Amino acid sequence: MADSGVTDGSLKKDEIERSKSEGRELTKEEKQRLRKEKKQQKKNKEKKDDNASQESEKEKKSVSSSSSAPQPPTQPATQKAPSAVPAPAPAVVPASETPAPVEKPAKSKAELKAERRARQEAERASKQGKKGETGQQAATGKPKAPPSELQPVVKRLPEHIQVDNPDVLKKLAKKLERQQIPLRLDYGYKVSLFSHLHQYSRKAPLTQQLSIPSSVIHPAIVRLGLQYSQGIVAGSNARSVALLHAFKQVIRDYTTPPNEELSRDLVNKLKPYISFLNQCRPLSASMGNAIKYIKKEISNIPSQCKEEEAKGKLLNCIECYINEKIILAAKAIAKYAIEKISDGDVILVYGCSSLVNHILCEAFEKNRKFRVIVVDSRPRLEGREALRRLVQRGISCTYVLISAVSYILPEVSKVFLGAHALLANGYVMSRVGTSQIALVAKAFNVPVLVCCETYKFCERVQTDSFVSNELDDPDDLIVTRKGKTQLEDWQQVPLLGLLNLVYDVTPPDFVDLVITDLGMIPCTSVPVVLRVKNVDL
Amino acid sequence: MPGSDKETDLTERIEAFLSDLKRGGSGTGPLRGSAETARETTALLRRITAQARWSSAGDLMEIIRKEGRRMTAAQPSETTVGNMIRRVLKIIREEYARSRGSSEETDQQESLHKLLTSGGLSEENFRQHFAALKANVIEAINELLTELEGTTDNIAMQALEHIHSNEVIMTIGRSRTVEAFLKDAARKRKFHVIVAECAPFCQGHEMATSLSKAGIETTVITDAAIFAVMSRVNKVIIGTQTVLANGGLRAVNGTHTLALAAKHHSTPLIVCAPMFKLSPQFPNEEDTFHKFVSPHEVLPFTEGEILSKVNVHCPVFDYVPPELITLFISNIGGHAPSYIYRLMSELYHPEDHEL
Repeated sequence: MADSGVTDGSLKKDEIERSKSEGRELTKEEKQRLRKEKKQQKKNKEKKDDNASQESEKEKKSVSSSSSAPQPPTQPATQKAPSAVPAPAPAVVPASETPAPVEKPAKSKAELKAERRARQEAERASKQGKKGETGQQAATGKPKAPPSELQPVVKRLPEHIQVDNPDVLKKLAKKLERQQIPLRLDYGYKVSLFSHLHQYSRKAPLTQQLSIPSSVIHPAIVRLGLQYSQGIVAGSNARSVALLHAFKQVIRDYTTPPNEELSRDLVNKLKPYISFLNQCRPLSASMGNAIKYIKKEISNIPSQCKEEEAKGKLLNCIECYINEKIILAAKAIAKYAIEKISDGDVILVYGCSSLVNHILCEAFEKNRKFRVIVVDSRPRLEGREALRRLVQRGISCTYVLISAVSYILPEVSKVFLGAHALLANGYVMSRVGTSQIALVAKAFNVPVLVCCETYKFCERVQTDSFVSNELDDPDDLIVTRKGKTQLEDWQQVPLLGLLNLVYDVTPPDFVDLVITDLGMIPCTSVPVVLRVKNVDL
Repeated sequence: MPGSDKETDLTERIEAFLSDLKRGGSGTGPLRGSAETARETTALLRRITAQARWSSAGDLMEIIRKEGRRMTAAQPSETTVGNMIRRVLKIIREEYARSRGSSEETDQQESLHKLLTSGGLSEENFRQHFAALKANVIEAINELLTELEGTTDNIAMQALEHIHSNEVIMTIGRSRTVEAFLKDAARKRKFHVIVAECAPFCQGHEMATSLSKAGIETTVITDAAIFAVMSRVNKVIIGTQTVLANGGLRAVNGTHTLALAAKHHSTPLIVCAPMFKLSPQFPNEEDTFHKFVSPHEVLPFTEGEILSKVNVHCPVFDYVPPELITLFISNIGGHAPSYIYRLMSELYHPEDHEL
């Protein structure tokens, strides 16, 4: 059965590969076939897993099975010996041995077909001869457990924190190639503690590697990706809103291909866009939640719904989401926060948080008398933006750098901080430097209030700033003072590394209060809110 | 006349030194390290002793005090000047006491017993003239100069007692003492150094390039990342501008945050400070503690429109309380912060604390 399926499947596969490489969307039949093949492989693999349990170390098993894209599992070498499973081999994207160049191949169809055939034959032959596992996933050494038990508990590990695992990188390269998105290369020497994270250079944006015209990625998304990677759109709320607007544009321009269901096809259409945006800049927690919401809404569209109606509904949903979760939430938070601001207060803020700025402007309009101290840090210097906005409204401000915080804190009566995400163990993930300010404020007994909308609450848990973080362009640290640039050629010096972190986590004992649109809660009540939200959904 | 020539020459030198001090502190002139300042002060004091006209120890002390007041007024934040002056004054007192024949201890310590039995403080007016006093004082000052020259090496020699291999050490800004300390340890051990750049002056960059060229694996981080990275650090080694009388520090800004982060993670904080940085001042909340430089460093003039409506502060120093410090390493060995007051009483005479 397998063999005949293979010969059939291999022909179809060629068709599929060809259409992929030409930028056409796969037809429904082709997709169904791929899905079937994948299910077959999974079944066979499970059988083999039960047999050779102690040898194999497959931690990506749950990942591969949960990913709904028609992507067969990674390394052909880790396939079990017997010939009963050659199906994966031809199904594997032929260029899987080495990541193929992104540009569309210039050879003729017949040549490609012949090439692939030859490779498939060779692979099948080698598979016949192989006997045990080669176990390529020895690197991380995670114990293999029956996948069905692990699936609900172990969430999929995001790729962007596994850069030091070559298997993950290969898998990512294949996935991107299938989606026709270029792979962004890391830049510069990475500090050893952070070798599991990506480090990109702003001077090499992903869009330089895109071919023109690219029919796979919507131009609004390309623009958005570029804005992210160059830092033009920065800040959790701004990025989420921009993302949602771009998706609205995508939905407006979308037409359901014949014989396809809108609910499934649109979700699949969005996947390469999300990969692309992820390559430009790793997604934030708020963006992740927004995407989850959209996907859910799309898949809930009943199949008998007409296209125009469905699109209208989706656009409406997105509008509602932005309105409720971001704009109205900001108003609610401002209402609560203004109760906490009294006349004569000296308020310290860090960096540029749109929510905190909103709160301060509202409080000023309600005629509260206070002054603000804006603390800023290199290299982003976002505090200057906050300073401009506040000074424009007429609020009296002071400006210092973060190293002067111990000097200025004795004058301060309250600290307002924004958050990028609130983690399920009560830690606050925010711009790097926030935890430092909370630490010094605690030492001086100044109350620390964090303002955060509920859509930024995240089920992840994290205790330090190393495991999951983002590394920004290390060249940003270079500065020229008095005509001398000390770190100009840091790349030439072999033992010198520059570290430009973006986020850090603040432990909950430094935070006195979290102000959300649901009310004022302590930091440790975040998992309660998450649970309530999930029940509602 | 040779006499007046000498005098004018002396006054010229003093004036030159004063203007140097004034310029150096504003950040415009070349930055001089504290060791250099200490050496130059001591050399100048030796010259005053040699060339000025004085007949008794009291006169000499008066002259030195007068010049000393002018020098400290020129640059109040440069405390090594005042420290060296107090050291020399103590030297003069000691030499005078030795010449008089009485032992040093009984004169200097005011114990309750002495107060009761002597029936009033003995008036020590230093008016007696001793011929050999000049030579003795100059010799003692020369000894002091030799000691000053060897301080950095003495501290660096202790490096291997404190650094083991595969450590991660954090430091902030640029301190020549710490640089020598780490380079000395690097000759025998392999470890990793994280340097916080210390905005806005970013002296950490220079420190990092210098350390990496000496073969030490270095990473530069921003000030904002100090707490984030602290959990992986084994030791924090810093330098300081001044060690205060209570064991606290007046160090470059950002050090207090670093000390708090180290305390939170229970990481030991080691301060490498030579003895000439020890100052008999206590930290006050007055304006004399903090020094500010041009806010242009923080918010440049290119930010035009908002500049007039905003207050910008750029302090240079931070106060670090002694509870956050684990160890002081100086040229005479290692001490706990609670021992500093004792060292100070050996270096300076209590009457000289106010110049």
